[in-house]
Amino acid sequence: MTALRAPLRFFESQLVAYRRTWRGTVISSFLNPILFLTAMGLGVGSLVDDGAGDLEISYLAFVATGLMAANAMQNGAGEGMWPVRAGIKWRKNFHGAITTPIEPGDIIVGRAMWTLLRLTVVQTVFAVIAVLFGALELGPALLAVPPAALTGVAFMAALTAFTVTRETDESLANMFRFVILPMFLFSGTFFPISQLPGFLELIAYATPLFHGVELVRKIALPDIDPSVVSSMPLWIHLAYLVAMTVLGIYFGSKYLSRKLRP
Amino acid sequence: MNETLVKARGLTKRFDDLLAVDAIDFDIAKGKAFGFLGPNGAGKTSTMKMISTVSPITEGEMSVFGLDPRTQGRQIRQRIGVVPQEDNLDVELTVSENLYVYGRYHDMSRPEIRERTKELLDFAQLSDRADSPVEPLSGGMKRRLTIARALINDPELVILDEPTTGLDPQARHLLWDRLYRLKQRGSTLIITTHYMDEAEQLCDRLVVMDKAKIVAEGSPRGLIEEYAPREVVELRFADGHKEDAESKLEGLASRYEVLADRVILYTDDADDTQRGVASRGLDPEQVLVRRSTLEDVFLRLTGRRLDD
Repeated sequence: MTALRAPLRFFESQLVAYRRTWRGTVISSFLNPILFLTAMGLGVGSLVDDGAGDLEISYLAFVATGLMAANAMQNGAGEGMWPVRAGIKWRKNFHGAITTPIEPGDIIVGRAMWTLLRLTVVQTVFAVIAVLFGALELGPALLAVPPAALTGVAFMAALTAFTVTRETDESLANMFRFVILPMFLFSGTFFPISQLPGFLELIAYATPLFHGVELVRKIALPDIDPSVVSSMPLWIHLAYLVAMTVLGIYFGSKYLSRKLRP
Repeated sequence: MNETLVKARGLTKRFDDLLAVDAIDFDIAKGKAFGFLGPNGAGKTSTMKMISTVSPITEGEMSVFGLDPRTQGRQIRQRIGVVPQEDNLDVELTVSENLYVYGRYHDMSRPEIRERTKELLDFAQLSDRADSPVEPLSGGMKRRLTIARALINDPELVILDEPTTGLDPQARHLLWDRLYRLKQRGSTLIITTHYMDEAEQLCDRLVVMDKAKIVAEGSPRGLIEEYAPREVVELRFADGHKEDAESKLEGLASRYEVLADRVILYTDDADDTQRGVASRGLDPEQVLVRRSTLEDVFLRLTGRRLDD
Protein backbone atom coordinates (compact mmCIF):
# COMPACT_ATOMS: atom_id res chain seq x y z
CA MET A 1 0.00 0.00 0.00
CA THR A 2 2.81 2.40 0.78
CA ALA A 3 4.00 2.06 -2.81
CA LEU A 4 0.65 3.38 -3.97
CA ARG A 5 0.55 6.25 -1.53
CA ALA A 6 2.32 8.84 -3.67
CA PRO A 7 0.42 7.84 -6.87
CA LEU A 8 -2.82 8.20 -4.90
CA ARG A 9 -1.81 11.75 -3.98
CA PHE A 10 -1.35 12.60 -7.61
CA PHE A 11 -4.62 10.84 -8.47
CA GLU A 12 -6.29 13.10 -5.92
CA SER A 13 -4.94 16.22 -7.62
CA GLN A 14 -6.64 15.03 -10.81
CA LEU A 15 -9.93 14.87 -8.94
CA VAL A 16 -9.48 18.39 -7.60
CA ALA A 17 -8.86 19.70 -11.12
CA TYR A 18 -11.75 17.68 -12.53
CA ARG A 19 -14.15 19.47 -10.23
CA ARG A 20 -13.51 22.48 -12.44
CA THR A 21 -13.58 20.81 -15.83
CA TRP A 22 -16.18 18.04 -15.59
CA ARG A 23 -18.93 20.00 -17.33
CA GLY A 24 -17.04 19.94 -20.59
CA THR A 25 -16.63 16.17 -20.55
CA VAL A 26 -20.06 15.19 -19.32
CA ILE A 27 -21.81 16.18 -22.52
CA SER A 28 -19.53 14.08 -24.69
CA SER A 29 -19.90 11.12 -22.32
CA PHE A 30 -23.65 11.10 -22.88
CA LEU A 31 -23.73 12.31 -26.42
CA ASN A 32 -21.19 9.97 -27.98
CA PRO A 33 -22.98 6.74 -27.09
CA ILE A 34 -26.36 8.15 -28.10
CA LEU A 35 -25.11 9.35 -31.47
CA PHE A 36 -23.19 6.19 -32.25
CA LEU A 37 -25.93 3.83 -31.15
CA THR A 38 -28.50 5.77 -33.12
CA ALA A 39 -26.47 5.94 -36.31
CA MET A 40 -24.78 2.55 -36.29
CA GLY A 41 -27.19 0.48 -34.35
CA LEU A 42 -30.61 1.68 -35.31
CA GLY A 43 -29.71 2.98 -38.76
CA VAL A 44 -27.19 0.53 -40.15
CA GLY A 45 -28.33 -2.19 -37.80
CA SER A 46 -31.87 -2.34 -39.18
CA LEU A 47 -30.46 -3.05 -42.63
CA VAL A 48 -27.98 -5.62 -41.39
CA ASP A 49 -30.41 -7.52 -39.23
CA ASP A 50 -33.02 -7.64 -41.99
CA GLY A 51 -30.58 -8.79 -44.61
CA ALA A 52 -28.64 -11.41 -42.74
CA GLY A 53 -30.62 -12.87 -39.89
CA ASP A 54 -28.10 -15.58 -39.12
CA LEU A 55 -26.55 -13.77 -36.10
CA GLU A 56 -27.35 -15.30 -32.74
CA ILE A 57 -27.45 -11.82 -31.32
CA SER A 58 -28.69 -8.59 -32.87
CA TYR A 59 -26.29 -6.38 -34.79
CA LEU A 60 -27.13 -3.72 -32.24
CA ALA A 61 -25.66 -5.83 -29.44
CA PHE A 62 -22.63 -6.66 -31.59
CA VAL A 63 -21.93 -3.04 -32.37
CA ALA A 64 -22.76 -1.74 -28.86
CA THR A 65 -20.08 -3.94 -27.31
CA GLY A 66 -17.64 -2.92 -30.03
CA LEU A 67 -18.43 0.72 -29.49
CA MET A 68 -17.86 0.45 -25.75
CA ALA A 69 -14.31 -0.75 -26.35
CA ALA A 70 -13.76 1.81 -29.12
CA ASN A 71 -15.15 4.65 -27.02
CA ALA A 72 -12.88 3.61 -24.15
CA MET A 73 -9.96 3.63 -26.58
CA GLN A 74 -10.71 7.17 -27.70
CA ASN A 75 -11.14 8.47 -24.17
CA GLY A 76 -8.11 6.57 -22.93
CA ALA A 77 -5.96 7.77 -25.83
CA GLY A 78 -7.10 11.33 -25.12
CA GLU A 79 -6.10 10.94 -21.45
CA GLY A 80 -2.70 9.66 -22.56
CA MET A 81 -2.05 12.61 -24.82
CA TRP A 82 -3.46 16.04 -23.99
CA PRO A 83 -3.21 16.11 -20.19
CA VAL A 84 0.31 14.69 -20.46
CA ARG A 85 1.30 17.31 -22.98
CA ALA A 86 -0.27 19.94 -20.72
CA GLY A 87 1.51 18.65 -17.63
CA ILE A 88 4.87 18.93 -19.37
CA LYS A 89 4.38 21.96 -21.59
CA TRP A 90 1.25 24.06 -21.09
CA ARG A 91 -0.05 23.69 -17.56
CA LYS A 92 3.34 22.49 -16.27
CA ASN A 93 1.80 20.83 -13.24
CA PHE A 94 4.13 17.84 -13.65
CA HIS A 95 7.15 20.11 -13.19
CA GLY A 96 5.71 21.42 -9.95
CA ALA A 97 4.75 18.02 -8.61
CA ILE A 98 8.26 16.59 -8.91
CA THR A 99 9.68 19.23 -6.58
CA THR A 100 7.60 17.56 -3.85
CA PRO A 101 7.98 13.92 -2.77
CA ILE A 102 6.08 12.89 -5.94
CA GLU A 103 8.23 11.00 -8.49
CA PRO A 104 7.63 10.94 -12.27
CA GLY A 105 6.47 7.32 -11.98
CA ASP A 106 3.88 8.36 -9.36
CA ILE A 107 2.46 10.84 -11.86
CA ILE A 108 1.97 8.11 -14.46
CA VAL A 109 0.50 5.57 -12.06
CA GLY A 110 -1.73 8.25 -10.51
CA ARG A 111 -2.95 9.20 -13.96
CA ALA A 112 -3.64 5.55 -14.79
CA MET A 113 -5.75 5.31 -11.62
CA TRP A 114 -7.59 8.45 -12.61
CA THR A 115 -8.17 7.14 -16.15
CA LEU A 116 -9.49 3.86 -14.75
CA LEU A 117 -11.97 5.72 -12.55
CA ARG A 118 -13.07 8.07 -15.28
CA LEU A 119 -13.49 5.31 -17.85
CA THR A 120 -15.44 3.17 -15.41
CA VAL A 121 -17.90 6.03 -14.99
CA VAL A 122 -18.03 6.87 -18.70
CA GLN A 123 -18.47 3.21 -19.71
CA THR A 124 -21.18 2.69 -17.10
CA VAL A 125 -23.05 5.62 -18.62
CA PHE A 126 -22.53 4.06 -22.03
CA ALA A 127 -23.80 0.70 -20.74
CA VAL A 128 -26.96 2.24 -19.29
CA ILE A 129 -27.66 4.07 -22.55
CA ALA A 130 -27.12 0.83 -24.48
CA VAL A 131 -29.69 -0.80 -22.22
CA LEU A 132 -32.15 2.04 -22.81
CA PHE A 133 -31.65 1.60 -26.55
CA GLY A 134 -32.49 -2.06 -26.19
CA ALA A 135 -29.05 -2.95 -27.51
CA LEU A 136 -27.97 -4.96 -24.48
CA GLU A 137 -29.52 -6.57 -21.42
CA LEU A 138 -28.50 -4.92 -18.15
CA GLY A 139 -26.27 -7.83 -17.02
CA PRO A 140 -24.18 -8.06 -20.18
CA ALA A 141 -24.00 -4.27 -20.39
CA LEU A 142 -22.49 -4.01 -16.92
CA LEU A 143 -20.17 -6.96 -17.58
CA ALA A 144 -18.80 -5.01 -20.53
CA VAL A 145 -17.68 -2.09 -18.35
CA PRO A 146 -14.49 -3.52 -16.76
CA PRO A 147 -12.96 -4.93 -19.96
CA ALA A 148 -13.82 -1.71 -21.80
CA ALA A 149 -12.21 0.36 -19.03
CA LEU A 150 -9.10 -1.85 -19.19
CA THR A 151 -8.92 -1.24 -22.94
CA GLY A 152 -8.97 2.51 -22.31
CA VAL A 153 -6.30 2.35 -19.61
CA ALA A 154 -4.04 0.31 -21.92
CA PHE A 155 -4.31 3.04 -24.55
CA MET A 156 -3.76 5.75 -21.97
CA ALA A 157 -0.57 4.04 -20.76
CA ALA A 158 0.89 3.42 -24.22
CA LEU A 159 0.05 6.89 -25.50
CA THR A 160 1.49 8.51 -22.37
CA ALA A 161 4.82 6.92 -23.19
CA PHE A 162 4.44 8.09 -26.80
CA THR A 163 3.43 11.63 -25.88
CA VAL A 164 6.32 12.12 -23.47
CA THR A 165 8.80 11.45 -26.26
CA ARG A 166 7.14 13.78 -28.80
CA GLU A 167 8.17 17.38 -29.19
CA THR A 168 5.38 18.66 -31.45
CA ASP A 169 1.64 18.82 -30.97
CA GLU A 170 1.22 17.79 -34.57
CA SER A 171 2.53 14.32 -33.84
CA LEU A 172 -0.31 13.90 -31.35
CA ALA A 173 -2.92 15.00 -33.88
CA ASN A 174 -1.38 12.61 -36.41
CA MET A 175 -1.56 9.80 -33.89
CA PHE A 176 -5.30 10.30 -33.75
CA ARG A 177 -5.66 10.70 -37.50
CA PHE A 178 -3.50 7.85 -38.71
CA VAL A 179 -3.58 5.32 -35.89
CA ILE A 180 -6.59 5.74 -33.61
CA LEU A 181 -9.18 6.50 -36.28
CA PRO A 182 -8.24 3.65 -38.66
CA MET A 183 -8.18 1.32 -35.67
CA PHE A 184 -11.65 2.51 -34.75
CA LEU A 185 -12.89 1.61 -38.23
CA PHE A 186 -11.02 -1.63 -38.92
CA SER A 187 -10.52 -3.46 -35.62
CA GLY A 188 -13.82 -5.26 -35.38
CA THR A 189 -15.96 -2.53 -33.87
CA PHE A 190 -18.52 -2.54 -36.68
CA PHE A 191 -17.93 -5.87 -38.43
CA PRO A 192 -15.98 -9.08 -37.78
CA ILE A 193 -12.40 -8.66 -38.96
CA SER A 194 -12.67 -11.98 -40.79
CA GLN A 195 -14.40 -9.95 -43.48
CA LEU A 196 -11.20 -7.98 -44.14
CA PRO A 197 -8.90 -9.06 -46.98
CA GLY A 198 -6.18 -11.44 -45.77
CA PHE A 199 -3.29 -9.12 -44.95
CA LEU A 200 -5.54 -6.48 -43.38
CA GLU A 201 -7.08 -9.16 -41.22
CA LEU A 202 -3.61 -10.06 -39.99
CA ILE A 203 -2.87 -6.42 -39.18
CA ALA A 204 -6.19 -6.12 -37.37
CA TYR A 205 -5.29 -9.11 -35.20
CA ALA A 206 -2.25 -7.25 -33.98
CA THR A 207 -4.06 -4.05 -33.01
CA PRO A 208 -4.87 -3.43 -29.37
CA LEU A 209 -8.40 -2.32 -30.13
CA PHE A 210 -9.17 -5.70 -31.69
CA HIS A 211 -8.23 -7.36 -28.39
CA GLY A 212 -10.28 -4.82 -26.45
CA VAL A 213 -13.33 -5.35 -28.64
CA GLU A 214 -13.02 -9.14 -28.46
CA LEU A 215 -12.53 -9.09 -24.70
CA VAL A 216 -15.64 -6.95 -24.20
CA ARG A 217 -17.74 -9.09 -26.55
CA LYS A 218 -16.64 -12.44 -25.19
CA ILE A 219 -17.24 -11.37 -21.59
CA ALA A 220 -20.53 -9.54 -22.15
CA LEU A 221 -21.99 -11.89 -24.75
CA PRO A 222 -20.73 -15.40 -23.97
CA ASP A 223 -23.37 -16.97 -26.28
CA ILE A 224 -22.28 -14.94 -29.29
CA ASP A 225 -22.14 -16.75 -32.64
CA PRO A 226 -18.53 -18.06 -32.87
CA SER A 227 -18.35 -17.00 -36.51
CA VAL A 228 -18.44 -13.29 -35.65
CA VAL A 229 -15.58 -13.41 -33.11
CA SER A 230 -12.10 -14.89 -33.30
CA SER A 231 -11.27 -18.30 -31.92
CA MET A 232 -8.56 -16.85 -29.62
CA PRO A 233 -9.00 -17.68 -25.96
CA LEU A 234 -10.01 -14.89 -23.62
CA TRP A 235 -6.70 -14.82 -21.78
CA ILE A 236 -4.77 -13.76 -24.87
CA HIS A 237 -6.85 -10.59 -25.15
CA LEU A 238 -6.50 -9.96 -21.46
CA ALA A 239 -2.75 -10.59 -21.46
CA TYR A 240 -2.30 -8.28 -24.47
CA LEU A 241 -4.05 -5.38 -22.76
CA VAL A 242 -2.39 -5.93 -19.39
CA ALA A 243 1.03 -6.11 -21.03
CA MET A 244 0.30 -2.91 -22.95
CA THR A 245 -0.68 -1.18 -19.70
CA VAL A 246 2.37 -2.38 -17.79
CA LEU A 247 4.82 -1.57 -20.58
CA GLY A 248 3.17 1.81 -21.14
CA ILE A 249 3.51 2.71 -17.48
CA TYR A 250 7.07 1.40 -17.32
CA PHE A 251 8.36 3.25 -20.37
CA GLY A 252 6.15 6.27 -19.69
CA SER A 253 7.75 6.62 -16.25
CA LYS A 254 11.22 6.17 -17.63
CA TYR A 255 10.78 8.72 -20.43
CA LEU A 256 8.98 11.19 -18.19
CA SER A 257 11.79 11.00 -15.67
CA ARG A 258 14.30 11.83 -18.41
CA LYS A 259 12.11 14.66 -19.63
CA LEU A 260 11.39 16.28 -16.28
CA ARG A 261 14.79 15.66 -14.72
CA PRO A 262 17.31 16.48 -17.42
CA MET B 1 27.77 25.62 16.37
CA ASN B 2 26.86 26.10 12.73
CA GLU B 3 25.17 23.04 11.32
CA THR B 4 25.75 22.49 7.60
CA LEU B 5 22.55 21.69 5.69
CA VAL B 6 23.96 21.38 2.20
CA LYS B 7 27.51 20.36 1.39
CA ALA B 8 28.90 20.02 -2.12
CA ARG B 9 32.33 18.89 -3.26
CA GLY B 10 33.32 18.85 -6.90
CA LEU B 11 29.66 19.16 -7.87
CA THR B 12 29.38 18.89 -11.65
CA LYS B 13 26.56 18.99 -14.16
CA ARG B 14 27.03 18.21 -17.81
CA PHE B 15 24.41 18.25 -20.56
CA ASP B 16 25.85 16.39 -23.54
CA ASP B 17 28.64 18.77 -24.59
CA LEU B 18 27.72 21.63 -22.29
CA LEU B 19 29.40 21.91 -18.92
CA ALA B 20 26.77 23.73 -16.83
CA VAL B 21 28.38 23.37 -13.40
CA ASP B 22 32.10 22.74 -13.17
CA ALA B 23 33.28 21.02 -9.98
CA ILE B 24 32.06 23.56 -7.45
CA ASP B 25 32.36 23.32 -3.64
CA PHE B 26 30.11 25.05 -1.12
CA ASP B 27 28.68 24.66 2.37
CA ILE B 28 25.33 26.12 3.33
CA ALA B 29 24.79 26.73 7.02
CA LYS B 30 21.48 26.24 8.79
CA GLY B 31 19.42 29.34 9.45
CA LYS B 32 21.27 31.53 6.95
CA ALA B 33 20.38 33.02 3.60
CA PHE B 34 22.87 31.78 1.04
CA GLY B 35 23.06 33.42 -2.37
CA PHE B 36 24.25 32.33 -5.79
CA LEU B 37 25.01 35.51 -7.71
CA GLY B 38 25.86 35.44 -11.38
CA PRO B 39 24.68 36.26 -14.87
CA ASN B 40 22.24 34.13 -16.81
CA GLY B 41 23.82 30.88 -17.88
CA ALA B 42 26.37 30.83 -15.06
CA GLY B 43 25.05 27.50 -13.73
CA LYS B 44 22.91 28.77 -10.85
CA THR B 45 19.68 27.08 -11.86
CA SER B 46 21.42 23.79 -12.62
CA THR B 47 22.92 23.90 -9.14
CA MET B 48 19.49 24.59 -7.59
CA LYS B 49 17.98 21.69 -9.50
CA MET B 50 20.64 19.34 -8.24
CA ILE B 51 20.07 20.46 -4.65
CA SER B 52 16.32 19.96 -4.98
CA THR B 53 17.02 16.53 -6.52
CA VAL B 54 15.15 17.20 -9.76
CA SER B 55 18.30 17.02 -11.86
CA PRO B 56 20.76 14.14 -11.54
CA ILE B 57 24.29 14.96 -10.45
CA THR B 58 26.81 14.20 -13.20
CA GLU B 59 29.87 14.01 -10.96
CA GLY B 60 31.01 14.95 -7.50
CA GLU B 61 29.47 14.63 -4.07
CA MET B 62 26.63 16.41 -2.36
CA SER B 63 24.63 15.88 0.77
CA VAL B 64 21.40 17.64 1.76
CA PHE B 65 20.41 17.20 5.44
CA GLY B 66 23.09 14.51 5.42
CA LEU B 67 21.06 12.59 2.81
CA ASP B 68 22.20 11.52 -0.64
CA PRO B 69 20.27 13.22 -3.49
CA ARG B 70 21.06 10.29 -5.76
CA THR B 71 19.14 7.76 -3.71
CA GLN B 72 17.12 9.68 -1.13
CA GLY B 73 15.45 12.32 -3.30
CA ARG B 74 11.99 11.70 -1.93
CA GLN B 75 13.11 12.19 1.68
CA ILE B 76 15.01 15.35 0.77
CA ARG B 77 12.09 16.86 -1.14
CA GLN B 78 9.82 16.13 1.81
CA ARG B 79 11.84 18.69 3.79
CA ILE B 80 12.43 21.44 1.23
CA GLY B 81 10.33 24.06 -0.53
CA VAL B 82 11.10 25.08 -4.10
CA VAL B 83 10.22 28.36 -5.79
CA PRO B 84 11.12 27.81 -9.44
CA GLN B 85 12.35 30.53 -11.75
CA GLU B 86 9.30 30.23 -13.93
CA ASP B 87 5.91 30.26 -12.20
CA ASN B 88 4.27 26.88 -12.57
CA LEU B 89 1.12 27.45 -10.56
CA ASP B 90 -1.74 25.23 -11.66
CA VAL B 91 -3.98 27.59 -13.62
CA GLU B 92 -6.83 25.09 -13.57
CA LEU B 93 -7.06 25.44 -9.78
CA THR B 94 -7.93 28.26 -7.40
CA VAL B 95 -5.42 29.94 -5.12
CA SER B 96 -6.22 27.74 -2.12
CA GLU B 97 -6.52 24.59 -4.23
CA ASN B 98 -2.97 25.17 -5.41
CA LEU B 99 -1.88 24.99 -1.78
CA TYR B 100 -4.18 22.06 -1.05
CA VAL B 101 -2.78 19.91 -3.84
CA TYR B 102 0.81 20.57 -2.70
CA GLY B 103 -0.13 19.77 0.87
CA ARG B 104 -1.49 16.44 -0.32
CA TYR B 105 1.65 15.77 -2.37
CA HIS B 106 3.45 16.18 0.93
CA ASP B 107 1.07 13.69 2.51
CA MET B 108 -0.39 16.23 4.94
CA SER B 109 -3.85 15.72 6.44
CA ARG B 110 -6.75 17.88 5.32
CA PRO B 111 -7.18 19.76 8.65
CA GLU B 112 -3.43 20.36 8.74
CA ILE B 113 -3.55 21.84 5.24
CA ARG B 114 -6.57 24.00 6.04
CA GLU B 115 -4.84 25.56 9.01
CA ARG B 116 -1.58 26.07 7.19
CA THR B 117 -3.35 27.55 4.13
CA LYS B 118 -4.91 30.21 6.31
CA GLU B 119 -1.53 31.18 7.77
CA LEU B 120 0.23 31.16 4.43
CA LEU B 121 -2.38 33.19 2.55
CA ASP B 122 -2.12 35.68 5.33
CA PHE B 123 1.67 35.71 5.04
CA ALA B 124 1.45 36.08 1.26
CA GLN B 125 -1.20 38.79 1.60
CA LEU B 126 -3.61 36.81 -0.52
CA SER B 127 -6.31 35.97 2.05
CA ASP B 128 -9.01 37.78 0.12
CA ARG B 129 -8.06 35.84 -3.03
CA ALA B 130 -8.36 32.35 -1.54
CA ASP B 131 -11.09 31.19 -3.90
CA SER B 132 -10.08 33.18 -6.93
CA PRO B 133 -8.58 31.52 -9.98
CA VAL B 134 -4.84 31.94 -10.48
CA GLU B 135 -4.88 33.45 -13.94
CA PRO B 136 -6.05 37.01 -13.15
CA LEU B 137 -3.48 37.48 -10.34
CA SER B 138 -0.70 40.00 -10.93
CA GLY B 139 2.89 38.86 -11.38
CA GLY B 140 3.76 39.79 -7.80
CA MET B 141 0.74 37.94 -6.41
CA LYS B 142 1.59 34.83 -8.41
CA ARG B 143 5.12 34.92 -7.09
CA ARG B 144 3.89 35.27 -3.51
CA LEU B 145 1.50 32.38 -4.06
CA THR B 146 4.35 30.29 -5.45
CA ILE B 147 6.34 31.09 -2.31
CA ALA B 148 3.35 30.24 -0.08
CA ARG B 149 3.00 26.97 -1.95
CA ALA B 150 6.65 26.16 -1.36
CA LEU B 151 6.12 26.73 2.38
CA ILE B 152 3.10 24.43 2.76
CA ASN B 153 5.16 21.61 4.28
CA ASP B 154 6.97 23.96 6.69
CA PRO B 155 10.29 23.25 4.96
CA GLU B 156 13.65 23.39 6.70
CA LEU B 157 15.22 24.69 3.52
CA VAL B 158 13.64 27.00 0.93
CA ILE B 159 15.19 27.24 -2.53
CA LEU B 160 14.30 30.37 -4.49
CA ASP B 161 15.48 30.58 -8.10
CA GLU B 162 15.44 34.20 -9.28
CA PRO B 163 12.54 35.10 -6.96
CA THR B 164 12.00 38.65 -8.20
CA THR B 165 12.95 38.47 -11.87
CA GLY B 166 10.31 40.17 -13.98
CA LEU B 167 8.61 42.00 -11.11
CA ASP B 168 8.15 45.75 -10.84
CA PRO B 169 10.09 47.56 -8.07
CA GLN B 170 7.16 47.75 -5.68
CA ALA B 171 6.37 44.04 -6.00
CA ARG B 172 10.06 43.28 -5.49
CA HIS B 173 10.24 45.22 -2.27
CA LEU B 174 7.12 43.51 -0.96
CA LEU B 175 8.64 40.16 -1.79
CA TRP B 176 11.95 41.02 -0.14
CA ASP B 177 10.05 41.95 2.97
CA ARG B 178 8.36 38.53 3.01
CA LEU B 179 11.66 36.75 2.44
CA TYR B 180 13.27 38.78 5.19
CA ARG B 181 10.53 37.62 7.56
CA LEU B 182 11.11 34.05 6.58
CA LYS B 183 14.75 34.47 7.41
CA GLN B 184 13.90 35.96 10.79
CA ARG B 185 11.83 32.90 11.57
CA GLY B 186 14.99 30.85 11.19
CA SER B 187 14.40 29.28 7.78
CA THR B 188 17.43 28.49 5.69
CA LEU B 189 17.17 30.16 2.30
CA ILE B 190 19.05 29.53 -0.90
CA ILE B 191 18.56 32.34 -3.38
CA THR B 192 19.84 32.70 -6.89
CA THR B 193 19.81 36.11 -8.45
CA HIS B 194 21.47 38.30 -11.00
CA TYR B 195 20.43 41.40 -9.08
CA MET B 196 23.24 42.61 -6.85
CA ASP B 197 20.89 44.67 -4.70
CA GLU B 198 18.84 41.59 -4.02
CA ALA B 199 21.91 39.65 -2.99
CA GLU B 200 23.11 42.52 -0.78
CA GLN B 201 19.74 42.86 0.90
CA LEU B 202 18.94 39.25 1.56
CA CYS B 203 22.07 37.15 1.69
CA ASP B 204 24.26 36.49 4.69
CA ARG B 205 26.74 34.71 2.53
CA LEU B 206 27.08 34.28 -1.17
CA VAL B 207 29.10 32.80 -3.94
CA VAL B 208 29.69 34.54 -7.24
CA MET B 209 29.30 32.19 -10.18
CA ASP B 210 30.56 32.74 -13.66
CA LYS B 211 30.89 30.28 -16.54
CA ALA B 212 29.96 27.25 -14.44
CA LYS B 213 32.49 28.00 -11.71
CA ILE B 214 32.50 29.74 -8.35
CA VAL B 215 34.82 32.73 -8.63
CA ALA B 216 34.47 34.18 -5.14
CA GLU B 217 32.79 33.51 -1.83
CA GLY B 218 32.03 35.61 1.22
CA SER B 219 29.53 37.97 2.81
CA PRO B 220 28.24 40.78 0.57
CA ARG B 221 30.15 43.41 2.55
CA GLY B 222 33.25 41.25 2.79
CA LEU B 223 33.33 40.65 -0.96
CA ILE B 224 33.00 44.35 -1.67
CA GLU B 225 35.81 45.17 0.72
CA GLU B 226 38.00 42.46 -0.69
CA TYR B 227 37.48 43.06 -4.38
CA ALA B 228 36.48 46.69 -4.79
CA PRO B 229 37.86 49.96 -3.33
CA ARG B 230 35.36 51.81 -1.20
CA GLU B 231 34.07 54.35 -3.67
CA VAL B 232 33.26 54.59 -7.33
CA VAL B 233 33.29 57.56 -9.67
CA GLU B 234 31.39 56.98 -12.90
CA LEU B 235 32.05 59.26 -15.86
CA ARG B 236 29.91 59.57 -18.96
CA PHE B 237 31.29 61.35 -21.99
CA ALA B 238 29.70 62.91 -25.03
CA ASP B 239 30.06 60.91 -28.26
CA GLY B 240 33.65 60.62 -29.37
CA HIS B 241 35.17 62.08 -26.21
CA LYS B 242 35.54 58.80 -24.34
CA GLU B 243 38.39 57.51 -26.51
CA ASP B 244 40.19 60.79 -26.00
CA ALA B 245 39.73 60.57 -22.23
CA GLU B 246 41.01 56.99 -22.00
CA SER B 247 44.60 58.08 -22.41
CA LYS B 248 44.38 60.41 -19.42
CA LEU B 249 42.94 57.98 -16.90
CA GLU B 250 46.15 56.28 -15.76
CA GLY B 251 46.95 57.03 -12.12
CA LEU B 252 43.69 58.79 -11.36
CA ALA B 253 42.28 55.93 -9.31
CA SER B 254 43.45 52.60 -7.98
CA ARG B 255 41.74 50.87 -10.92
CA TYR B 256 39.46 51.73 -13.79
CA GLU B 257 37.17 49.98 -16.27
CA VAL B 258 36.11 51.36 -19.63
CA LEU B 259 32.60 50.19 -20.47
CA ALA B 260 30.58 50.79 -23.61
CA ASP B 261 28.63 53.67 -22.15
CA ARG B 262 30.85 54.96 -19.36
CA VAL B 263 34.15 54.85 -17.49
CA ILE B 264 34.27 53.52 -13.95
CA LEU B 265 37.01 54.66 -11.56
CA TYR B 266 37.57 52.72 -8.33
CA THR B 267 39.05 54.78 -5.56
CA ASP B 268 39.40 55.12 -1.80
CA ASP B 269 38.82 58.87 -2.00
CA ALA B 270 36.22 60.06 -4.46
CA ASP B 271 36.83 63.75 -3.84
CA ASP B 272 40.49 63.43 -4.62
CA THR B 273 39.71 61.49 -7.81
CA GLN B 274 37.18 64.09 -8.94
CA ARG B 275 39.75 66.84 -8.47
CA GLY B 276 42.12 64.78 -10.58
CA VAL B 277 39.51 64.46 -13.32
CA ALA B 278 39.13 68.24 -13.43
CA SER B 279 42.86 69.03 -13.30
CA ARG B 280 43.63 66.70 -16.21
CA GLY B 281 41.16 68.53 -18.38
CA LEU B 282 38.74 65.64 -18.71
CA ASP B 283 35.32 66.95 -19.51
CA PRO B 284 32.67 64.35 -18.72
CA GLU B 285 29.02 65.10 -19.44
CA GLN B 286 27.98 63.44 -16.24
CA VAL B 287 29.73 62.41 -13.01
CA LEU B 288 28.25 59.97 -10.53
CA VAL B 289 29.81 59.15 -7.18
CA ARG B 290 28.62 56.07 -5.28
CA ARG B 291 29.68 53.33 -2.94
CA SER B 292 31.00 50.08 -4.40
CA THR B 293 28.46 47.32 -4.88
CA LEU B 294 28.51 43.65 -5.72
CA GLU B 295 28.15 44.69 -9.34
CA ASP B 296 31.66 46.15 -9.10
CA VAL B 297 32.90 42.97 -7.51
CA PHE B 298 31.47 41.01 -10.38
CA LEU B 299 32.98 43.36 -12.92
CA ARG B 300 36.34 43.03 -11.23
CA LEU B 301 36.20 39.25 -11.11
CA THR B 302 34.93 38.59 -14.60
CA GLY B 303 35.55 41.74 -16.60
CA ARG B 304 31.86 41.76 -17.52
CA ARG B 305 28.71 43.26 -16.14
CA LEU B 306 26.07 41.07 -14.52
CA ASP B 307 23.35 41.87 -17.01
CA ASP B 308 25.55 41.34 -20.08
